[in-house]
Amino acid sequence: MPLELLDPTSPDQAKREGIWQLNFGPQHPATHTTLRLLLTLDGEKVIEAEPDIGFLHSGFERLAEVLDFNQYVTIVDRMNYISPMANEIAWHHAVEKLLDVKLTPRTTYIRTIFAELMRIQDHLLCVGTCVLDLGGMTAFIYAFNEREKIYDLCERASGQRFHTSYTRVGGLMFDVTDDWVQGVRDFIKNFHKVHADVTRMVMKNRIFIERTQGLGVLTKEEAISGSATGPIARASGVQRDLRRDDPYLAYDEFDFDVICATAGDCFARFQVRMLEMLESVKIITQALENLPAGTVFAHQADKEALPNKAEVYRSIEGLIHHFEMVMPNRQVAAPRDEVYAATESPNGELGYYIVGDGTFRSYRARTRPPSFIHFSLFPQLIRGCQLSDVVAVLGGLNIIAAELDR
Amino acid sequence: MSLRLAKRNMSPFAGRLPMSEVLSSLTQRFPGATTAWASFRDQERVIVSRERVFEILKTLRDDFHFNMLVDVTAVDYLEYEGARDRFGLIYCLLDTESGKRLVVKTMLNEPDIDVPSVTSLWSGADWMEREVFDMFGIRFAGHPNLKRILLPDEFTSFPLRKDYPVQGRGERHNFPVITRAES
Repeated sequence: MPLELLDPTSPDQAKREGIWQLNFGPQHPATHTTLRLLLTLDGEKVIEAEPDIGFLHSGFERLAEVLDFNQYVTIVDRMNYISPMANEIAWHHAVEKLLDVKLTPRTTYIRTIFAELMRIQDHLLCVGTCVLDLGGMTAFIYAFNEREKIYDLCERASGQRFHTSYTRVGGLMFDVTDDWVQGVRDFIKNFHKVHADVTRMVMKNRIFIERTQGLGVLTKEEAISGSATGPIARASGVQRDLRRDDPYLAYDEFDFDVICATAGDCFARFQVRMLEMLESVKIITQALENLPAGTVFAHQADKEALPNKAEVYRSIEGLIHHFEMVMPNRQVAAPRDEVYAATESPNGELGYYIVGDGTFRSYRARTRPPSFIHFSLFPQLIRGCQLSDVVAVLGGLNIIAAELDR
Repeated sequence: MSLRLAKRNMSPFAGRLPMSEVLSSLTQRFPGATTAWASFRDQERVIVSRERVFEILKTLRDDFHFNMLVDVTAVDYLEYEGARDRFGLIYCLLDTESGKRLVVKTMLNEPDIDVPSVTSLWSGADWMEREVFDMFGIRFAGHPNLKRILLPDEFTSFPLRKDYPVQGRGERHNFPVITRAES
């Protein structure tokens, strides 16, 4: 519970006895990756928190200027590696907006299913690890067991569990099989039970409620002014979800609710995440039922997307098509213009600002990383709380350091 | 408690001026300051002069409901064919109620690349402006804490500028090695 500060701005505060500083991270079990907080504490009360980030900075945005639109997908994977395919979908969504490529219905459906699987995966991690940090092991194991199944589904579709690199400009690497569709059905069937279990273990847990309720409150005005998006903004009452307000992929064809809360505290963030998983299940179920047949590769005649791999290996036309798509001097030319496109990633609005310069490469591709923006809210959320609350607030924001630093 | 919102039935642009009117009234209010506007893939972009950018953003926030600053970023147009200005500073604005977006862009040239900070308008601008400073060296006047954010403080270059090599200038090897005792 946040305590009221005596006088947070008094000039002689630093001289007061009992004020001390604590390094939280970069290596700490609760930061999960590498981020550092310099906490100024009065006893156990947090007076000021100064985030120090950049430990994982690896110049991803600069690499976007060197790699082409298809190659860079391997890099965006590594941003929010908790839900890798959500990044790929966001990146190619922006690229396709720049190039004006229309996807086939089957591709949009498969991408929608994967985007929602990624949302489940991300929310499971967020809830599971935060509970783990607060001392509850069981829910973490339940959540990670389900995450494994989603990784299996990724592997079945793309051949990779983690860094899938599954999307391509105007399509996907491969089409999915009926086996995969059945796999998703089985996952959904079992998921309701696990979700109910985790809900009982976490959201009805008195210790968890007492440690998160009323903690790290973000008001609606602060959320908007601080550029918060996604579950964090929705937990503060900002009624905004890009899937509903600016539909992309196949979202306008499905029936689902946008989950909002009004409390704006840490507990509300988990409530929103837990309920959003059920909405994702709803979307996946509808998408599976109506999964269109056909190809996943767009505009074969105009040579806007890579051809089917089977054609590349078995026909000369396919091989030539593939050659023309990958050779730098023969690739599709992007318009010399700029575009911002965003998707609702599990963590919030994941956008790309791409400047095209007439090649199949971005002149500049800026990532709008939700983690980066949410972490900047952290000092104001933690001020006045206890040291042990740092872990709870950090868990509620779901900061992924690779996306934070890029 | 949580609250469920079904799909939206009303038109998302209800009660808001169409984009063309926003742009024309901006031109009226700030004569000469809005140099160009473009529309690409249903996205509006307005280029404004550096001197008035703060006032224009304030007007857009207060009078035209663009209440969220989605992103601040920059582009170095050094190697861009046909570009006349060096840097483009980009503000992505959003109206959270209607979902309308507007990209406000201002062009900067060396040596005069200072811009007023918008942290007083949107608190979320804090880190975004720090990142732009870190990567491009564009200074934001009036920013409360303008220092490097992703790179170490000792770093001397601005790595997203186009005249910075992709492989770097050997900073990694020239960094002083700190022993455990010194750290």
